[in-house]
Amino acid sequence: MLSRVADSIYWMNRYVERAENVARFVDVNLNLLLDSPGVQQWEPLVVTTGDQALFKQRYGEATAENVLRFLTFDKNYPNSILSCLQAARENARSVREIISSEMWEQVNAFYLMVKEAAEAGSLSDLHIFFPEVKLSSHLFAGVMDATMAHNEGWHFGLLGRLLERADKTARILDVKYYILLPSISDVGSSLDDLQWIALLKSASAYEMYRKCQYRITPNGVTEFLILNREFPRSIQFCVLQAEKSLRQITGTPSGTWRMPSDRTIGRLRSELDYVTIDEIVNQGLHEFLDSLQIRLNQVGEAIYKDFFSLQSA
Amino acid sequence: MLFDTYDPGDFFDELFTAKNQPRFEAAPLVNRINSLTLAELQRRQQTAQNALFKMGVTFNVYSDEQGTERIFPFDVIPRIVPYSEWEWLEKGLKQRIYALNCFLHDIYNDQKILKDGVIPREDVESAPGFLPPCMGLQPPEGIWCHITGTDLVRDKDGSWYVLEDNLRCPSGVSYVLESRRVMKSTFPHLFASMDIKPVDDYASQLLEALLNLVPSQLADPRVVVLTPGMYNSAYFEHSFLAQQMGAELVEGRDLVVADGYLQMRTTKGLQRVDVIYRRIDDDFIDPLAFRSDSMLGVPGLMEVYQNGRVAIANAPGTGVADDKLIYAYVPRMIRYYLNEEQIIPNVPTYLCEQAQEQAHVLANLDQLVVKATNASGGYGMLVGPHATPDQRQDFAEKIQANPRGYIAQPTLCLSRTPTLIGDTFEGCHVDLRPYILYGKDIYVNPGGLTRVALRKGSLVVNSSQGGGSKDTWVVKPTVS
Repeated sequence: MLSRVADSIYWMNRYVERAENVARFVDVNLNLLLDSPGVQQWEPLVVTTGDQALFKQRYGEATAENVLRFLTFDKNYPNSILSCLQAARENARSVREIISSEMWEQVNAFYLMVKEAAEAGSLSDLHIFFPEVKLSSHLFAGVMDATMAHNEGWHFGLLGRLLERADKTARILDVKYYILLPSISDVGSSLDDLQWIALLKSASAYEMYRKCQYRITPNGVTEFLILNREFPRSIQFCVLQAEKSLRQITGTPSGTWRMPSDRTIGRLRSELDYVTIDEIVNQGLHEFLDSLQIRLNQVGEAIYKDFFSLQSA
Repeated sequence: MLFDTYDPGDFFDELFTAKNQPRFEAAPLVNRINSLTLAELQRRQQTAQNALFKMGVTFNVYSDEQGTERIFPFDVIPRIVPYSEWEWLEKGLKQRIYALNCFLHDIYNDQKILKDGVIPREDVESAPGFLPPCMGLQPPEGIWCHITGTDLVRDKDGSWYVLEDNLRCPSGVSYVLESRRVMKSTFPHLFASMDIKPVDDYASQLLEALLNLVPSQLADPRVVVLTPGMYNSAYFEHSFLAQQMGAELVEGRDLVVADGYLQMRTTKGLQRVDVIYRRIDDDFIDPLAFRSDSMLGVPGLMEVYQNGRVAIANAPGTGVADDKLIYAYVPRMIRYYLNEEQIIPNVPTYLCEQAQEQAHVLANLDQLVVKATNASGGYGMLVGPHATPDQRQDFAEKIQANPRGYIAQPTLCLSRTPTLIGDTFEGCHVDLRPYILYGKDIYVNPGGLTRVALRKGSLVVNSSQGGGSKDTWVVKPTVS
């Protein structure tokens, strides 16, 4: 498979997943505010993206409207929902002859839906818009699963989607944890159930969490979102599945490595296999999540070098 | 009776000899359409358009922000070419392609035709499409033009003329294949009852023509389609043809010259490429050999090509034959190389570089069509009878400043064919671009792209100038 093609399938999936995650955490925040009038916490959403500097420079104050506009419809912000869909569609268009036509049609329809919403420009219908984004992203994943041969290209797509999802779950958790627990000394103190529920909901994890553990506790929630091996948005689940896809591509058996990407992802996966939530909390959740994001980036870089980079031989 | 109101008027009409008098081969089609209501026909037209849009049969129009895709307007009333006429056209096209190929091989090797003074050397060497780095090239099987799209027109009396040759990377064949697919579901019964020559084997024939370029000892050859990328106006076609042939669709940045071979960058490392069906222009294919500013090509490709380690279709250098001045010499080529007379005539052409003919052109600008010798897509031309005095003056100055750059032809009265526009049938002018492949033998895809001028009275059929398309049916008479 051409490197460029693999790269495009990988990024098409990353962008669709990214758009979905932006929709997720903005939507939950929107709902949360309706339950707690007077408390306006929009800044943390910008922090989640890691693009605070750009936001400050373009918009200044983190008002609801500014943040919503920035994250959903800002054409000049590369990680807004609109920009993500545009990029996903461009990637899809460049590999139309490789992916199924149903996939192309779904990305195209998804993009047109977002573009229309952006052109309407209204922020008042967002409570309809965000669920639609989520659904469209699920539809894309489903169409891809059901219509594309589960070949090398498909595995590259899955890799992109899972790495993006792991990264976003880490970011959501990191920021939320800091909003909920402004200082380390507050760990273990009584907490606002609503806020933790909101956090779970932003990962569609609330119901699944309840089924495996009744009480909502900070450690329970963080453990679920980091280490659960069965929940499809938990970090460990994403890394496990991403490693499987990578090994389908490289043909390297689990527990060994041949390429740097095998090694970086295998090492991360096995650490997650054996770490406990107590160790994570003792080490400092923020520090843990920070290093996790760095290591996910390293996996991305290794994949880029092993498969996509176009340096001449 | 939908066609009751249609009057072919004082034109050559492709479906009718006179009002309510369908041509013999067109009768079943005319009867079928007459049996439909207008609403039903419009519904079928809409369904066909929607199907094409959904399949993504679009072309790109460059705009300030990003490429915008548009559907090529499509009309469901096909144009019909009787089989007897088609046989004759096919013979004429084969003759022409064969002669053009002899010409290309000759001018880049022995240059006999120039030495014998049959075609002026300076006219060939001054053509922008003439590429000195191609001198001495010996492409596989001596074939230079593997894929050609030749534009044909009919004049008022119905006689056929060759309007121009497209030997670089003619586009449009994907519309022929996709609109045929749509037409089969639009008029299934007609297809069952009429003997319409199928077009579907184009992709297989193209693949065969490309594989023909591979040395026979090569067990597992790799064919790629080279595209400038998805912002190109014909990107849909590039990806469609690659898909239909099972070839890899590549861009210049996917390719690299390594160890003396052309290779492509894959997730499993570099892999050798044996044949390129290139859809980018000659001077972009290798920045080392041609335009150094080209980002689309592959540095060093020409050297690999010259060493016979990769085949390119069409061969670099074929663009010289797209020059409209060279076009004027095709009858001489046919005489010189084949010792035959041209079967399908050229449109009579005045060469502005010849003093006497230039004088005639300047004196008759209001009756002639003037064309820049090296432009395409309907650009750089003057349609004398429709031009303002200022426009004519402008062209007169251009011709005098650069006589080599212009030819002139009498204004043909292009044939027309009924086309559904709104609630009525309008007679719209058409041309025809058949696609010709030169592999082991020369193959002409039966029919071709009929382009139709959708603006009333307009003679310009190019898609970039608001033209549309129709399916072309080569019909064998059926015994009834």
